[in-house]
Amino acid sequence: MTLTFNLLVAICLGYVAFLFAVAFAGERQSTRGRSGWLRGPTVYTLSLSIYCTAWTFYGAVGYAARSGLEFMTIYLGPTLVFVGWWWFLRKLVRIGRAERVTSIADIVSSRYGKSTSLAVIVTLLAVVGTTPYIALQLQSITLAFGVFAAPGTNASELHGLALWCAVGLAIFTILFGTRRLDMGERHEGIVSAIAVEAVVKLLALLSVGAFVVWGLNDGIGATRAAIAAGPVADWTATPGRWAGLILVSGAAVICLPRMFQVLVVENTDERHLVTASWAFPAYLMAMCLFVVPIAATGLARLPAGSNPDLFVLTLPLAEGRDGLALLAFLGGFSSATSMVIVASVALATMLSNHVVMPIWLAAQGQGRASISGDVRAVVLRARRISILAVLAMSYLYVRTTGGTAALASIGLISFVGIAQVLPTLAFGLFWSGATRLGAAAGIVTGFAIWGWTMLLPVLLPGVAALEAPFGIGWLGSSSLFGMTGDPLVTAVILSLGLNTFVFCLVSLVASPTPMERLQAPRFVHVFDRTAQPRGHRGGTAQADELLIMAQRILGAREAQDFFFGEARRQGRDRDLPETTPELLDRLERRLSGSVGAATAHAMVSGITGDAPVSVEDLLAVADETAHIMEYSARLEAQSAELTRTTRELREANAKLTALGRQKDAFLSQVSHELRTPMTSIRAFSEILREEDVPETDRARYAGIILEESRRLTRLLDDLLDLSVLESGQVVLDRVAVSLRDVIDRALAASGETGLHIDRDPVAEAVHVETDPDRLAQVFINLVTNAARYCDAARPTLSIRVAVAEAVTVDFTDNGGGIEPDARDLIFEKFARLSERSATGRAGLGLAICREVMARLGGGIAYVAVGRGTTFRVRLPRMVAQAAVAE
Amino acid sequence: MTDTTEPGPASGRPPGRVLLIEDEPNIATALGFILQRDGWQVSTHSDGATALDAVARHAPTVVVLDVMLPGRSGFDILSGIRSGPRPDLPVLMLTAKGQAKDRARAEALGVNRFMTKPFSNREILDAVRDLAAT
Repeated sequence: MTLTFNLLVAICLGYVAFLFAVAFAGERQSTRGRSGWLRGPTVYTLSLSIYCTAWTFYGAVGYAARSGLEFMTIYLGPTLVFVGWWWFLRKLVRIGRAERVTSIADIVSSRYGKSTSLAVIVTLLAVVGTTPYIALQLQSITLAFGVFAAPGTNASELHGLALWCAVGLAIFTILFGTRRLDMGERHEGIVSAIAVEAVVKLLALLSVGAFVVWGLNDGIGATRAAIAAGPVADWTATPGRWAGLILVSGAAVICLPRMFQVLVVENTDERHLVTASWAFPAYLMAMCLFVVPIAATGLARLPAGSNPDLFVLTLPLAEGRDGLALLAFLGGFSSATSMVIVASVALATMLSNHVVMPIWLAAQGQGRASISGDVRAVVLRARRISILAVLAMSYLYVRTTGGTAALASIGLISFVGIAQVLPTLAFGLFWSGATRLGAAAGIVTGFAIWGWTMLLPVLLPGVAALEAPFGIGWLGSSSLFGMTGDPLVTAVILSLGLNTFVFCLVSLVASPTPMERLQAPRFVHVFDRTAQPRGHRGGTAQADELLIMAQRILGAREAQDFFFGEARRQGRDRDLPETTPELLDRLERRLSGSVGAATAHAMVSGITGDAPVSVEDLLAVADETAHIMEYSARLEAQSAELTRTTRELREANAKLTALGRQKDAFLSQVSHELRTPMTSIRAFSEILREEDVPETDRARYAGIILEESRRLTRLLDDLLDLSVLESGQVVLDRVAVSLRDVIDRALAASGETGLHIDRDPVAEAVHVETDPDRLAQVFINLVTNAARYCDAARPTLSIRVAVAEAVTVDFTDNGGGIEPDARDLIFEKFARLSERSATGRAGLGLAICREVMARLGGGIAYVAVGRGTTFRVRLPRMVAQAAVAE
Repeated sequence: MTDTTEPGPASGRPPGRVLLIEDEPNIATALGFILQRDGWQVSTHSDGATALDAVARHAPTVVVLDVMLPGRSGFDILSGIRSGPRPDLPVLMLTAKGQAKDRARAEALGVNRFMTKPFSNREILDAVRDLAAT
């Protein structure tokens, strides 16, 4: 088979789709509660393998080709930590679980009195240190693609590829990294995907290695000879450099945000560390097993000038093994993507928890419920945006640096940067005297020296100011304080050394805050606090007192069963058991299932009296109480949610019932309004059919029939009009029109009303943009209403136009006005206030007016000003010309 | 508020007085015309609130009562009549709403006849005569 570039892209997409499927499956398994193997030690160990990024996958070979066995230090550091420092890791994991730690920034902040500023510093450090590292992964993918690309493919196309990688990774990470907030920040979907990737990259590297040793070099012996003959054998170990590198990589495996994420945050069981402490070093050894053979063979076989960072790919390709090259490519792809995914989840957690949320909360003001839905939504949104921002920054980094630095150097720079957290973290776990100020001072010092000596020289190569700022030579980034050895060793010694020194010094000088005093023992003495039952001497306690206490906690039935079971075990049927130490231990364990271990211990000790309850015991009790309260708060929130849902359902139901009633009332009223004129028409028609009706009555009755038919027609017109208006299907024909014209039209159409009309022609010279027919309809209604209802001896209607924020037209008559309690009703359908309406319209006029005005963007209201009835029609002002005189 | 008309030319029947409580003037006119022609002395009253006073004042043989009245509903007036000095006064109720539950309500209150508008003139006259005969 021949690997074309396009085929490779297709295979990559397929692989990514496969990873999505794995992540979905993992997530589903865990939400169904069947995540047994997902939470097992194997997956945990495999997830730790994100330590091996594209840097170790491709870069280790390049490193070996350039500097011999020195690449081993990158694996030796973590190996020493996992084998020799497992007790440190255990403490870290224990604290992580006890304190519900969400990130490296969180644990540091939490240890030093929940300090926000410290969290922000660590977050910044992590972002600055990790962004180039993520960029490195994107770059490695593009470099690998470049190997397969046709000669002459330009760089911008490859950068486009990097962009698509970043976008795809962002989508994956957002999908599986920010789906929910609970479950203690664990992401089963992501963990299962990176576990699969761990297997793929190991298989890939082993396959290439096996191919090199047995396919190209005729076995181990020949390979050894080839290595001895090549330049790889020609190396010297510099002790200082080795020690520095081992130290830095050991620190990195603990402090890198992504490592902390899988090591502590995603850990589901402390005992998994037991497996990981041998399995993870074994994985690392397997990863570097064939590095030297590949490097030596690559140097020997490939043309001079080939990039050793890509030997893993180019060796199989040069030998025509496309399938193997593809596997190697997928291995590198897996290394890069798994690192990017976990790193961006970890960074996003820190950014949202320690930077975005504090700002948001401050902006919102205090006193908002912490479990309410809007906070959760904000956190999730902040995470998503953070992920996008981290990946965008990394992509920009690739674009701006243009991929100049060798893969390994950026990885190392990142390692040293993040290692600056180690002194603060390690001392914080073992030294109660470490303080927040010390931590901040230490980290900032280390961060600054690292930035000056390692990061800036890479970011700004060849800038003279770096070598002698302000003309001061000993401040130069490559010879800080006159130290001119190996730049890496210098930077490590200076940054970590001064960091630790400043940290200890300031800690000794500064006194801790009360909050720090409270937090410090929770970290330093975590094992004392979370230990299992601590034993009793027994004997002095009264079994009945213990039974009474147990009944309170377990319930009468369960407590009695337990005690009589214990008595039977002791051969004392139908009696209380002896209070032997074994009984007390078993009782304590039983109680701790309900109230927590510390509380159970304190309660049993309180009765047996064999151990005084210490302050730390009390703190632990308080701690457990806090957990129980948190749990109960969550239950309460759930029950409040249920109550709310019930209330909403009830309200919706009531609304539906009310709507149903309204519909019934409306139909009944329509029926009444239709039947009334029909009754007259029918009755008089029947009368007119007979012959004995006098001629004068005959004419009068025919007139009534005509009048009632008209009334019927009007009613039907109004009903149809209202229905069109209410359904919103009305077509409005807006034009600029003078109010005076509309009022003229309305008065003309109202006919002879008997009203005296009082107008103000000057004020009426206002233009509005509206549908003149509809507006006239409203005015006609108001005029005829006034004519019909005004009960004054000489009915007068005054029409007044005013222009303010809106244009208003007041129709005021000199009648008796409307009763206050009827004012709300008049705009309802069929609202008739008195019997006088019986001959007029059906009571839909004002309802229609209200609908029309709403459609016209204005309104109509009854206004209580002085005597009489005032209806105020409100219209929006014309935008450009608010008032134009005619 | 109440108009009273003398019996019309067809009066050859036992004298009787119909009180028409109806607020729609055209319907009142029509009913007044046909009842009067049928030999009844007709009084028309259009206000619900004072309808019971009119009943007391006119001492009618039969009451023709609308349901939808200003001031007081026909149901209220009916129950007022049933709990008043002449609880067995025949009442014919007319309604334009035509809902089954209105009929049930009227019957529960002890209406003698319940008719829906529009009506046939013949049915009204028959009904009033039936009621007067009981």
